[in-house]
Amino acid sequence: MMITLEYNFREPRTRTFYGYEAGDAFYEALIEAHRDLDEEQSALVNARLVLLLANHVGDVDLLREAIRLAREDVVGG
Amino acid sequence: MLKTYQYPKFPFVRPAELDSPQTRHVPVIVVGAGPVGLSAAIDLAQRNIPVVVLDEDDTVSIGSRGVCYAKRALEILDRYGVGERVVQKGVSWNVGRTFFRDEEVFRFNLVPEPDHHRPGMVNLQQYYLEEYLIDRARELPNIDLRWKSTVIGVTPGEDAVTVRVETPAGAYALSCDWLIAADGARSPIRRMLGLDIEGKIFMDRFLIADVVMKADFPPERWFWFDPPFHPGQSVLLHRQADDVWRIDFQLGWDADPEEEKKPERVIPRIRAMLGDDREFELEWVSVYTFQCRRMKRFNHGRVLFVGDSAHQVSPFGARGANSGIQDVDNLGWKLELVMQGKAPAALLDTYSDERTYAADENIRNSTRSTDFITPKGNVSKTFRNAVLGLARHHPFARGLVNSGRLSVPSFYVDSPLNTADADAFAGRMVPGAPMDDAPVAAAGGGSPWLLPHFGQGFRLMIALDDAAALDAATAEGLAALRRGAIPVEPIVIAREGGAPGGIETLHDVKGRVRERYDLQPGTVYLVRPDQHVAARWRRFDPAAIEAALRRASGQRA
Ligand SMILES: Cc1cc2nc3c(=O)[nH]c(=O)nc-3n(C[C@H](O)[C@H](O)[C@H](O)COP(=O)(O)OP(=O)(O)OC[C@H]3O[C@@H](n4cnc5c(N)ncnc54)[C@H](O)[C@@H]3O)c2cc1C
Repeated sequence: MMITLEYNFREPRTRTFYGYEAGDAFYEALIEAHRDLDEEQSALVNARLVLLLANHVGDVDLLREAIRLAREDVVGG
Repeated sequence: MLKTYQYPKFPFVRPAELDSPQTRHVPVIVVGAGPVGLSAAIDLAQRNIPVVVLDEDDTVSIGSRGVCYAKRALEILDRYGVGERVVQKGVSWNVGRTFFRDEEVFRFNLVPEPDHHRPGMVNLQQYYLEEYLIDRARELPNIDLRWKSTVIGVTPGEDAVTVRVETPAGAYALSCDWLIAADGARSPIRRMLGLDIEGKIFMDRFLIADVVMKADFPPERWFWFDPPFHPGQSVLLHRQADDVWRIDFQLGWDADPEEEKKPERVIPRIRAMLGDDREFELEWVSVYTFQCRRMKRFNHGRVLFVGDSAHQVSPFGARGANSGIQDVDNLGWKLELVMQGKAPAALLDTYSDERTYAADENIRNSTRSTDFITPKGNVSKTFRNAVLGLARHHPFARGLVNSGRLSVPSFYVDSPLNTADADAFAGRMVPGAPMDDAPVAAAGGGSPWLLPHFGQGFRLMIALDDAAALDAATAEGLAALRRGAIPVEPIVIAREGGAPGGIETLHDVKGRVRERYDLQPGTVYLVRPDQHVAARWRRFDPAAIEAALRRASGQRA
């Protein structure tokens, strides 16, 4: 399986009419998750979130690909 | 004084009320001649309702405020008779480009679908829009526009509302059945009635500069995150009419507004942005902060709030005036039915229900944009920059880049005026949806677009292959709907032929109406006067239509 890089956000239980709504709703929830946290707590929340999503994805090859893409441009670029 | 525009000055006319001991009573008073109040006056006047408009000033909007007018607002302005002037004078655009640091990361097209009459957006200085609305209002004999007339008191009552009006020649009282408060964000009416408006203020400041220059940039919206010429902040560039360019610089909360407005500070910023030494002249500079908030309800007895008095949003998304014009579009027909005694006053509650729903959507979207554009805190900034970095390579991240979700109409899917589907339909024209436009050929002449044929009353759209094949029973049913207390005008959408009995027939020349409305021969749509779908069926059923019409006009179905 290939990693999905096309826009893939959706809210199955809400009828939306504009394409950006699901992605924006996710993004809002993500930022909201860090409200009132100090930096250490925020980093921990991010780490836990990555682990939860990684387990949900499950496919380690795919996760390796995601890790590679995540590092791209960040280090040694 | 601007270099490209001269503010008109409208004369104060001494009103007869000053010389009469009696308080005159009129059907409707609109307070505020901004874009929303003027739209309200025109909407009602076009329904033969006389309107007095009171404004404390004697000219149009000063300086640089609203720029972008969206497709749906333009369609409504078409109905008010000013859409064409706005589009002709303004700069139409559909493409927005987004830059992060020194690279372009993403571009969007507002109307990715072909075959719509109006463009995604038109840029035009707000003073032009107001000037055109005023010209139109003055053409309508039942609009009484009164300048230099400040409302200083308001007394609401069971049967009437009385206002006290101060003018250069003295003060007088005027009473009305309905008062429309279009008196802007600071709304003195709202304050005098002791009503709350709740929300939040954003801790940021923006410098807006209007610049006159000849530039061959294409008509697009350009948005920069963290550009080299203004590090750490955002910048927005829009082209307006008369070679006037509008630039918004994010400054941060700590900026000193008085300092930042000085030309010696503004000019180097613009010079750095342009990156060359082309000639330009400063037309206007101001610094603003903004807030997102709304009233709990928009109708309070006989006082109806529209536009900025009822709700305010941050400017990202251009949802201010655009949504105010949609308020008026929603209110006009409901107020007419109530004033005619054809609908209960409770229909006006649905004005509040539908438009607070829309305001929440506007506030939600503009708040999300603001949070993306001006991230507060390190985590927010890291995520924002991660999205922008990924957007260079990956489509999914482009979808998350939020430089403003530009004004689009609400789908009133939860409205009590809708009749739920009993038949199966595909697509987005659900009950509550704002109608999509499409090209048509009008057998009887008229616009080559669908929406202008819908006018300002209820319509029944019925689809056929050959309009001439409309059967006698259906034709009789349509004639009866036309004669009803709330008349419903039929429109036949067909591939060919003309409907009998002079029923308006439109030919679906490109098949777009069929496609967008999922039409089959026999499909029927009941459409509200504001061109939102009320109900739809796969076959013509007069009893179902009658029930849906009662529901859509606020009567018990
Ligand atoms: C920087 C900026 C950028 C913006 N960009 C956009 C954009 O791109 N697109 C968009 O759609 N919107 C935009 N807006 C928002 C837009 O300007 C407002 O939403 C719009 O002006 C609201 O119209 P209104 O008629 O409700 O109120 P206003 O335009 O504020 O008009 C209120 C009127 O009421 C009158 N008045 C007030 N008190 C009284 C009184 N006591 N008696 C009599 N008259 C009174 C005033 O004189 C005024 O004429 C922007 C706003 C700002 C500040």
